Parts: sequence; structure tokens; C-alpha cells
Amino acid sequence: MSLFLQQIMNGLTLGSIYGLVALGLTLVYGILHIPNFAHGALYMVGAFMSYFFMVDLGVHYWVAMAGSAVVVAVLAILCERLVFHPLRHSPPIHDKIAAIGILLFLEAVVQMFWGADFRRMSSPFTGIMNFDGLIIPEQRLLIVVSAFALVVALQLFLRKTMTGATIIAMAQNRDGAFLVGIDSNRVAMMTFAISGALAAVAATLYAPINLVYPAMGHLVIMKAFVIIILGGMGSVPGAIAGGMIIGFAEAFGGFYISTAYKDIIAFGLLVLILSWRPQGLFAKGAH
Amino acid sequence: MLKVEHLTKMFGGLAAVNDVSVTFEAGKINAIIGPNGAGKSTFFNLISGLYQPTSGRILLDGVDVTNMPSDKVARLGVGRTFQTTNLFEQATVLDNLIVGHRLRTRSGLWDVLINSKRLQREEKAARDKAQEALEFVELGHVADQFIADITQEERKRVAFALALATDPKIVLLDEPAAGVNPEETESFAALMRKMVDRGLTVCLIEHKMDMIMNLADKIMVLDHGEKIAEGTPEEIRNNPVVIEAYLGGGDDAAA
Amino acid sequence: MLYKIGTLLMKPGAKLVLLALAIAFPFMASNEYQVYVMASAFVWAIAVYGLNIITGYCGQLNLAHGGFFAIGAYTLGLLTADAGWSFWPAFIAALVMSAVLGFLVGIVSLRLKEHYFAIFTLCVGFIIYLLIDKWEGLTHGAIGVRDIAAPNGFGVVDFTDTTPFYYLVLAFLVFAIWFMGRLSRSLLGRTFLAIRNGDELAQSLGINLMRNKILAFVLSTVYAGMAGALYAGMVRIVGPEEANINHTFDMITYLLVGGIGTLTGPLLGTVGIVWITQSLQFLEEYRMIIFGPLLVLLVIFAPRGISGSFLTWMHHKAQSLAPGKKRKHSKVTADQKAREAESNA
Repeated sequence: MSLFLQQIMNGLTLGSIYGLVALGLTLVYGILHIPNFAHGALYMVGAFMSYFFMVDLGVHYWVAMAGSAVVVAVLAILCERLVFHPLRHSPPIHDKIAAIGILLFLEAVVQMFWGADFRRMSSPFTGIMNFDGLIIPEQRLLIVVSAFALVVALQLFLRKTMTGATIIAMAQNRDGAFLVGIDSNRVAMMTFAISGALAAVAATLYAPINLVYPAMGHLVIMKAFVIIILGGMGSVPGAIAGGMIIGFAEAFGGFYISTAYKDIIAFGLLVLILSWRPQGLFAKGAH
Repeated sequence: MLKVEHLTKMFGGLAAVNDVSVTFEAGKINAIIGPNGAGKSTFFNLISGLYQPTSGRILLDGVDVTNMPSDKVARLGVGRTFQTTNLFEQATVLDNLIVGHRLRTRSGLWDVLINSKRLQREEKAARDKAQEALEFVELGHVADQFIADITQEERKRVAFALALATDPKIVLLDEPAAGVNPEETESFAALMRKMVDRGLTVCLIEHKMDMIMNLADKIMVLDHGEKIAEGTPEEIRNNPVVIEAYLGGGDDAAA
Repeated sequence: MLYKIGTLLMKPGAKLVLLALAIAFPFMASNEYQVYVMASAFVWAIAVYGLNIITGYCGQLNLAHGGFFAIGAYTLGLLTADAGWSFWPAFIAALVMSAVLGFLVGIVSLRLKEHYFAIFTLCVGFIIYLLIDKWEGLTHGAIGVRDIAAPNGFGVVDFTDTTPFYYLVLAFLVFAIWFMGRLSRSLLGRTFLAIRNGDELAQSLGINLMRNKILAFVLSTVYAGMAGALYAGMVRIVGPEEANINHTFDMITYLLVGGIGTLTGPLLGTVGIVWITQSLQFLEEYRMIIFGPLLVLLVIFAPRGISGSFLTWMHHKAQSLAPGKKRKHSKVTADQKAREAESNA
């Protein structure tokens, strides 16, 4: 029984991280219709920035996380301004190739400074809580709680503030939003900033129980894509639900089926879903 | 020629086209008008097989094409243009048109590998057809220009020629004169009359009322997916329901 | 002056000169290693030609291309090393394998539009990598496959030597380019281009999307499989890294630099970049610091790469030189400029 609960905890942890990464990806897709292949690289840079702030500058975990979020948000804005904005009228294949270009560049730069080695990142939350046999490391609890808090905050921002409402409006109808005088440039930059910050926070939360290395974004970004296809590209609740589905599928699949193949579960799921419904699971309308 | 019976298309819970019945006669210019969002383009997409209707029937010369995929519909003789046509910009106009006749050819991979007689024959036929279509739209002189280097109006004509190269019986033209000046509009109208003279049936969606009223043999008016009127330009002009629809919903009506 | 050189390059004889240079290369090379590098560049070029069919001509960004390269390499490797086949039957089997798997993946993935197709193939590529890495019973996992057979020689020709192998690869490359040239000029090639211009437009021209897309996809996977099998025969040892997504990214870079959707682009891009990275050793590891931004700059400013830009330039030069064919460009409106930007491919 406690093993089962343990897997639930693992599923929640994984689901929270995946959900946060997928949220940024889905927002960018919703607003700009760009499948941002570089999003995983932003996640990776987020982890390395936190590592840099903590190890080299010796600041506290929380400060490092905030610093990393700011740096990656700025980086994401730069990507939007310098790369995706000039390509907004190009054939769809171009922005995908450009995103791959960004991804390759960021990985190479990080590798130049830090090398390809795997690194460990420490965290002040190393304790383990024991609830009657159910063992929960503090960091995992932190991940779940923070992810939950962030999602609530993001929802409040999107629903209650003017800027948030603009983002939602533009996600639903780009041309319409343009007509009613929404500054689409500002919204695009804002969306990229949010997606970058979310990726950096997710990376910083997850890094202490995982490893930090230049290729760490690969798997995460692919799973995030699976998640937003699962949840409907552009849908915020879909990204969270999809994140949890994949997180739980992996936790339980890895435990009860095979650890070696746990990473295939997400992709197998994708193949099944798209074979059955080419538009994704929750796609709306004819287009 | 083209007979549409009780055609309905639902998107989610909304009817984009609702119970439309109409007959387009051979050798005539048939126009479809209506306010934005009236379901005109959806109607075209249903006829050309891009969308499958929720219910109703479409008959082309008595053949039921209702649930046929669009490439088959095209082979049966339905050509069409779109509001915007993406072409290969860094290739010549003629090169872009040759593929138009592809549907009347059969060469496959094997023919390419051995460069068969059939492939050579068919490629010549396709090239001749493209040239012919280009002459028809009076663009013979730009055959060797890149698409990127021709004017907006010429692009529209190229799109016409592409549809004509498929050897259609009926052509569906989606806003053929959008974005061109009045003088050019007149030349487009002449082009459509020329098509009809060659035995084609023309069916067009258009917002330019002056043009439609002078050009069309028959007009169908759509509003909110429903057919609200049908008749000659004279009848439509004096139809109170049409006037109401245009004045009531009318943002772009009188353009 | 430049234009004159350009017309010379476009003459049919230029191909023969290029071929003669390729044949003479082993005699001009200062050491065997250079021949080896050129042979491997040719192998990659074959795979890039495959990518050009599905991505350049047909317009579908296939991110599983490296995976199919690995499938070709592993099929040949496992059949020769573990099952004791000799090279050529295993080579044929590798082609068949990549065609069959390409067909199966194509059936599912090509129903998907644009972004979904790219994301799906990204995942397919990763599944191929994971299977190779984890399915130890078949693939030996991280250890990889050793003792792969070289192509059987004949008489004095021994393909374990670098130079004979170079000529073997060259022969395959010439065939690959020859077929590509024929395809691109044929009605079938034009059909693929029409699909790149847009699904709906292609369908309205009576083109069966699925059939043609699958054909293009299978052709591209066969090219990838062929390159992979030749690669395995050359290096004689393969590992899961052959399926790394970075190989796909490399190939996209070669294709973009040389010229996507052009006939000479894949050769130009692959051979050029392979030599540049070879000669600047420090680039080997950090080449993406340059090539990443280069990809971005290319899609923004020169989406048709070296070959495509050259051809466009030549065309305009020829147009302006042709007497009586001058055209005014004053009619170009802002609207048209926007459209151009929109549909520049």
C-alpha cells in the first residue's frame, strides 16, 4: 500500500514539473502558433543559471531561482524579438528550423562554459518526512506545492489582470485581438517571458532530485509536446491535466512495468493518440 | 450540372451551412453573395470535397459526389481557386502551372526511374496544357518570370490558370476580384465571360456588387448559413429579405 | 563577370567536371584520412538528399530522419555481425527495412498537419533511439554492434581499404543525385512541390495527398537507410549514438546552408560544412555556437541557402539581360511585399 502511495507521490512530482514546462509551451503555441522546440533549452539554461547563482555566487536557493527566472525570461523575450517576430509571415517550416537553431546554440554555449558533465545541485530542503511509512523527501513536496501555487498565481494573472485578459483574448483570436487594438508585440513578449520564467522555475525545482547537464532539456521538451498534444495545443488546463497524466503514467509504468522503458511510455501514448485522433485528444472545431 | 440538396454542415453545435438546396446550370455564371461569415467559403469547401457535409447530397452531372475526397472531385471536373494561393515563389510561372494537369496523367515512380515514353508524353501534355491555360488568362508574356516578380493581379490570373489546367467542367472562384482595382475588376469579369464562352460553368463568391450584378446569370444569397434568396440580379436587387439581411448585418455589404 | 561564371556553372558540362574532380580526389588528397573524411561526407550527403525529398520538396519537416539512418546502420550491422549475412544481402535488407518502417511510420504521421507532423517525428526519432539503447537482447544496448562486415570486394578490389570504399560511396551518391534530378524535373517531383505549396491547393488539383506524401516519405527513409548501411560498412561499428537527434539537426543544417529544395544544395551544404568543421578542429565540439545562429539567419534572410540564392540571382540576371523583356517593378505594392514574405519558400 505505501509503495502504491509512493508512486502517487512520484507521479505528482513528475506531473508538476511536466505541467509547468508544458504550460509555457502551450501559452506560446496558443498566442503565436509556434511549436517552440527551443523551450527545452530554456529549461536547461534555467537549471544552469540557478546552479551558477548558487555555486559560483553563493546565493540562497530561492534567490537563485528568482534570478534564473529573470535571466531566462529575458532570454525568451530576446528569442521572440530577434527570431520569431521577423519570421511571423514565413512558411511554418521556418520558425521550427529557427527554434532548432536556438536550441543548438544555447546547448553549445552552456557546454562551452560548463562542459558536458553531469552536475548535482544542492537544495536547502534535504530532509525526509515520514508519514506512517510513507516517505516523502521535502524537495518533492516543495515541487508539488510550488507548482500548485504557480498554477494558481498564473490563473489569477490570466483571469484577473488586464494583461492576462489580453493574453487570453489573443490566444483565442489573434486577428480579432489585433482589430480591437491589442498591442500584439507586448503580448507576445509577455507570453515568452512567462514561458521562460516557468521553465526556469521548473528546472530549479527539479534539479536537486535530478542532474544538471546540457542535454537535460531533450526528454523534457519532447514530453511537454506530448502533454500539450494530449491536452489540446494552447489550452492551459489541458497542459496541467496532460502533465499529470504523463507524470502518473511514468511513475506507475516505471514501477510496475519497466524502469528501462519508462521514457517510452509517453511517446507510445502519443503514437496511440495521434493514430486514433490526428487532431489531438481535446482539439476543438474543424481546424 | 451541379445539384445541391439540403446541404448542411455543423461545426460543433453551429450550422455553418444549413439546409441549402440549389442548382447551378451548365454554361452559366452563378454567384454566391452574403455577409461575412455567411458560410460561402464553407459551401465551396463542401462542394469541392475539402469538408464532408453533415447531411445532404451533392450531385455533379448526376453523379453523387457527396462524400468523395477532394482530389477525386477535382478529377471529376471541379476546379477551384482560393482567396490566397501559395505558389512556389522562386520558380517560373509556367513551372508552377505544369502540375495543374497532373490529375489527367498516370506516371509513377517507375516511370521516373526508367524515364518511360509515357512519362515523356505526359510531361509534354502537361506543359502544353499549362501554356494553353496561361494564354487563356492572357499571361503568355510572363511565362518565364518568377512568381515572386509578378504583380498581385497577375498572381490572381495565375491561380485561375492553375484551376483551368485541371480541365474542369465547373470552376469555383473564391473572391476572384478581391484586392484588385476597378479597371482590373472589369478585365476579370471579361475573363469569366470568356470561360463561359468556352463551355465552362462558373461559380463565384464575390463582394463586389457592381461586378456581380452585371456579370451573374443567377445569384444565391446566403446569410447565417441559410439560403435566403435566389434569382436573377434583378430579382435579388429588389428582394426585401436580401436588403434586410444586408442592412441588418451589413458591415461589408455594399463594398 | 560573375554572371559569366554563373552560366558556366549551370552548363551540363559542369556536372562532368565535378564528377571528374570527385574521381580524381583520392589522388589529390595528401593523406588517406582526407579520403576517409570525403567518403563520410558523401555518406551524409546521401542521407541529406533523402531529407530534401520529404522536407525540401514535399515541405514536411521530418525530425526522425536520423532515426532511419540508424535503422539502416543497425539492420546491416546486426545482420552481418550477429546473423552472419554477407554485406550485399544485408544491404538490400537494410533498404527494405527502412522502406517498411518508413511506410508504417508514414501511414500514421502523414495524416498529421505541419506542427503535429514535426512533433510526432521528433518523438518517433526518440523512440528509435530509446529502443536501440534499451533493447539489449537485440541491439547490445550501449555497447553497440561490432565486427560489421565490409562490402565484399571482387578481384583486387578490397572495400576494407579507404579508397575503394570511397569510390563505392561515390557511385551510390552519383546514383542518388541522378535519381533526385530526374525526380525533381518529373511530374512526380512537381506533385511533391504542389503539396509543399499547401495541402488544400494540392487536393483541389486532384492530387492524392496521402499516397504522394507516403511515397515521398518512403523514398526519403530509403535514402536515409542506404546512407546508414553504407556508414555501418565504412566504420564497421555502430552504437546508439547513431540515432541521436543531433544527427538530424546536423542534416537540417547541411540542407539549409546548401539550399533546401534544390538539387545541388544537399551536396554543397554537406561537403562544405563537413570540411569546415574538420579543418577547424576547435569547431568540432562548439560548432553549434556558429551553426545555431546561422540556421536562424538563413531562414530569416536566405531561406533557400547557397544554391537557391544563386539560382534566383542567375534568373534575375538573365531576365534583365534579355532584350525587350524588361518589366517594371513599380507596380509592386506593400501588400504584395507582405505576401511575398508570407509565401517565400
